[in-house]
Order: sequence, then structure tokens, then C-alpha cells
Amino acid sequence: MSDPVLSLSGIHTDIAQYHILQGVDLEVPRGGVTMLLGRNGVGKTTTLRTIIGHWQAKSGSIKFDGQDITALPVPARARAGIGFVPEDMGIFVDLTVEENMVLAAASGPLDEAKRDWLFAAFPPLKTFWKSEAGTLSGGQKQMLSIARAMAEDRKLYLIDEPTKGLAPAIISTMAGALRELKQQGASILLVEQNFAVAKALGDTAAVMDDGRIVWTGEMAELANDAALQERLMGLCMEAH
Amino acid sequence: MTSAPDHTPRFADVSLAERIGKAMPYLLIPVLVVLGFLAIGAPSSWLTLTVSGLAMGMMIFIMASGLTLVFGLMDVINFGHGAFISVGAFVGISVLLALGGWTEAASLPLNVIAILIAVVAAMIVTGVMGWGFERLIVRPVYGAHLKQILVTVGGLIVIEQLIHVVWGPDEIFLNRPEMLKGAVTFGGAAVEKYRLLAVVIGLALFVAMRMVLRRSKIGLIVRAGVENGEMVQALGYRLRLVFIGVFIAGSALAGLGGVMWGLYQEVINAGMGEEILILIFIVVIIGGLGSVEGAFIGALLVGLMQNYVAFLEPKLALVSNIGLMTAVLLWRPQGMLPVVKAK
Repeated sequence: MSDPVLSLSGIHTDIAQYHILQGVDLEVPRGGVTMLLGRNGVGKTTTLRTIIGHWQAKSGSIKFDGQDITALPVPARARAGIGFVPEDMGIFVDLTVEENMVLAAASGPLDEAKRDWLFAAFPPLKTFWKSEAGTLSGGQKQMLSIARAMAEDRKLYLIDEPTKGLAPAIISTMAGALRELKQQGASILLVEQNFAVAKALGDTAAVMDDGRIVWTGEMAELANDAALQERLMGLCMEAH
Repeated sequence: MTSAPDHTPRFADVSLAERIGKAMPYLLIPVLVVLGFLAIGAPSSWLTLTVSGLAMGMMIFIMASGLTLVFGLMDVINFGHGAFISVGAFVGISVLLALGGWTEAASLPLNVIAILIAVVAAMIVTGVMGWGFERLIVRPVYGAHLKQILVTVGGLIVIEQLIHVVWGPDEIFLNRPEMLKGAVTFGGAAVEKYRLLAVVIGLALFVAMRMVLRRSKIGLIVRAGVENGEMVQALGYRLRLVFIGVFIAGSALAGLGGVMWGLYQEVINAGMGEEILILIFIVVIIGGLGSVEGAFIGALLVGLMQNYVAFLEPKLALVSNIGLMTAVLLWRPQGMLPVVKAK
């Protein structure tokens, strides 16, 4: 792959006594959406958390935008241009929606044009702007978590299951926002269990099993091959 | 782009009972003051005790505010906080003794400037000590509460002994600055001038801390860091530096509290911080971990309770605050206004 925005080489990560990532090799192309797929417990979330630095890789190297970030602390990776939306959304529930967004603009005041654009994409954020984030519904919290990641322009977004447990209408909103992000030229590494979303958004895909990447290729190729899905993930995604 | 479905969410009506429930911690202070009035009867005694209790509470708040931030943001149980109170008192009082000409002058501005210089000196020394303490003693034991208790108690003992080395083993008695001696009377009640000053300083500190925490970006980072430090870092903030800043600020506030407490007691010794530490922990716990507002309410409750009970039933004064803590924890097991949920 020519000039990937992110490349992981031989990444091993332990959590307590468990050896979770067992030599992950992955390249995320510049621009577009890369789906990170696999059964539950194969190491997808750990991969994202290792890239942002919440888990430190025991060995291997992580290169982002041409720079080795393996030893960098979390804030330095974020400032280098990596945005992270964790599986639990990471919303500050005791802060207001506004305060969550102000905090997300780490390099300066929240840009007004950006804020208005986010209001258009996620109207509930405007309605509940002065409300505590803890009072939002699950879908509204997820909108806030995505909006927060988009408050500043990043080169790479790591997003962990943004549609989990959401109603179809909200999922459509999420997919629309991510598509917009993609059109703006951002690179996204997306963990997603919803096949319709994965198929609609994904350009490339990487499938994990037992802490390793076992398959990489075009998302369309995986989406159109039920036998391949069955072999890689033990299920046919169309059935979900 | 697809936008979220168009709908018009409405804010739910909050019942009166729910509103009162949320504000209840704030209402405890006027409730206690009224109960005190009913129990004491004599308005002049009640007023004296109330101002005295508020002044004591404000000083405890000054000392507890730093600890609750350190406790809440960094999850560090720091018994060394008591040592910073003692060091602050010794440094501040040494400065005041050196500025004897100013403190003995019958001039309020000179007296206040002398106290201000003493406070700044105490805060600088304890702030620098806090930085060293965090780096050498606390940093290796982040996340390990038992080890934190052991090493910070060790640090407390070492610093107390260093106070003996520098200032000697004896207590130091002192006089308050000339214009802060004595009392003013109104409504038939005598209120010590120094206690009024303590109330003003405590209130000013509370307002300032609230402004910083609620209105500034750094306050936002601190509040968010208390809630979810991992996410704050993922947004690009170096929480480690914020931690150190909070530890330094907390230690400096302990130094300020030490000067105020020393002037209040009119005697200082190396163990004074350790002695008051239990009361400070009670305040932090009943206020709710990490909460400046909680610590403020808790400190005022403790100060008022101590003064009222000591007047009404002196033998009960020793256990009144333990009783208060028990009652609050039975009512709200995580404290009145917790920022950090107990783990």
C-alpha cells in the first residue's frame, strides 16, 4: 500500500496476564474507511486502544503519518492528529453538552462554523446544548461522542462500534456523519458489528481472529462472499 | 448528509420533591443554624457560636479543598497533606515574627499586608514541597491505595521530624496582629475580628475556586479529568501536568490553611496538621470525593456542629462530627455531592 496513514507492525499487547494482541500487522490507507471486523473478543477494541496509547504495546511498532508513535504518550498521539471514540463513548456526563464540545476543541476555541455544521448534523446537540450530558439518551450521547471527535480536524479517526444499541434512524444519522467525514478526506478505522453500515461505509476491511489480522482486502469483496465471511468470522454477515 | 430525525424533545417537568432533593445538601447549613438557634435559645450566644463555627468551617475548608481535589482527580489518599499544613504554619508564622514591626503596629493595612506576605511565603514553600512530594513519594504508588497510605504517612512523619530539626521541638506561641486582636460586638454578641477575617478569606477562596473550576478551560479539564482521565488524554490534554499542578495547588492551599489555623489557635507545633487531618478527611468524605462545593458545605457543617455541641453538651463534642459523618453516609453513601463515585 502506498503511503498508509497508519501502519502497525508486529504489535503485541498484554492486559494483565492475558496476551491479547499477538502480532498485529495492519495498514490503514490515507483517506477512506477501513473496517476492523471479527468476532467478539478477538482484539478489535484492544487494537484501537493500543493505537491511541491507552494500552502500551509490549513489542512491535506503530507508525502514524510517517512518524513512529509507539513510545509516545496518549496526548501526543491525539495532538499528532488521531481522534478516538471509545466503545463506551467516553462522554463526560457531569459536564454540559457545550462543555464537552469546548473541551474537544483542544487547540483553541470551538470554531463557530464547525459548531453550526455539527448542529445541522445532530440537531439534539443544539436543543440540549446547556444540559448535562448525563441526561441525554443513548443515541444523543453517541451523537455527542462523534461530534466531539469531529470538533477538530484529525487525520485519522478511531471509532469503536458507534451504532451499538441504537435505533435505525439514529444509525442512519451516524452513517451520514461518517460518510461526510470520509468525503472531507479523513481516514477512519472503524470497528462495527452492523453489517449494513460496514458495507455502506467501508472501502477496505481487515478481519481479526485470536489477536491477529487474518485477512485484508476490499470491503466489497468480503461483503459479496458469504463463504469468506463464514470462514473468517464464523457467520454470514448478511444474516445480521 | 443525513441529519438526525426531526423531533422536538421536551424537558421533563421536575417535581418539587426532586428539586428539593437535589438542593438538600445546600439546605443543611441553614437547617443546622436554625436548629442551633432553637437549641441554644439566647440570640447573642447563638450568634457568637454561629460566626465561630462558620470561621472554623472556613479554615477547615481551606485545608480540605486541596485534599479533595487531589483525592478526586488523582485518586491519591495523601496523608502528607497534614505535613503541608504544619510547614505552612511554621513558615507563615516565622515570616510574621520577622515582620514584628508590622504586626504590632496599630494599622490594619500593615497587619493585613504582613499576613498576606506570610501566606504567600507559606504557599510558595508548601507548593514547592508538594511538587517534590508528588515526584518522589506519590508518583511510584499511583493506583495503589494501601501503598499510598503507607508512604504518605511515612512522608508525614519525616516532614514533622524535619520541622523539629529546623524550628526545634517546642510549641511556638504567638500573638495575632494588633488590629485583629479582640472582638467586635453587635446584637449583644461578641465576635472575634480574626474569625471575621477567616470567614472573608474562606468565602473568597470558595468563590475563586468555583470560578476557576466552572468558568475556565483548566477547570473544565480538571472536572473532566476527575470523571474520565483516559478520555481527557485522548482529546490531547497532558493530564499528567494537570495532576502535578493540582497537587501543587492543593499543597499550597494546605499551607494557606496552616497559617490561618495557626493564627486561629495562637500556638503551632509540628503535629498540628496531623491532628486536624481527621477532621479534614471527615469533611472530604461527607462532602463527596473531588467536590469543592461538597467540601465547602461539609466544612461549614463540621464547624457549626462542633461549636454548637461543645456549648450544649461538651462531652459530646468529641463524637459529634463522627456522628455527623455517619448520618450523612447513611443518607448518601457516596457523600453529599460526589464528583468521583466511590470505587
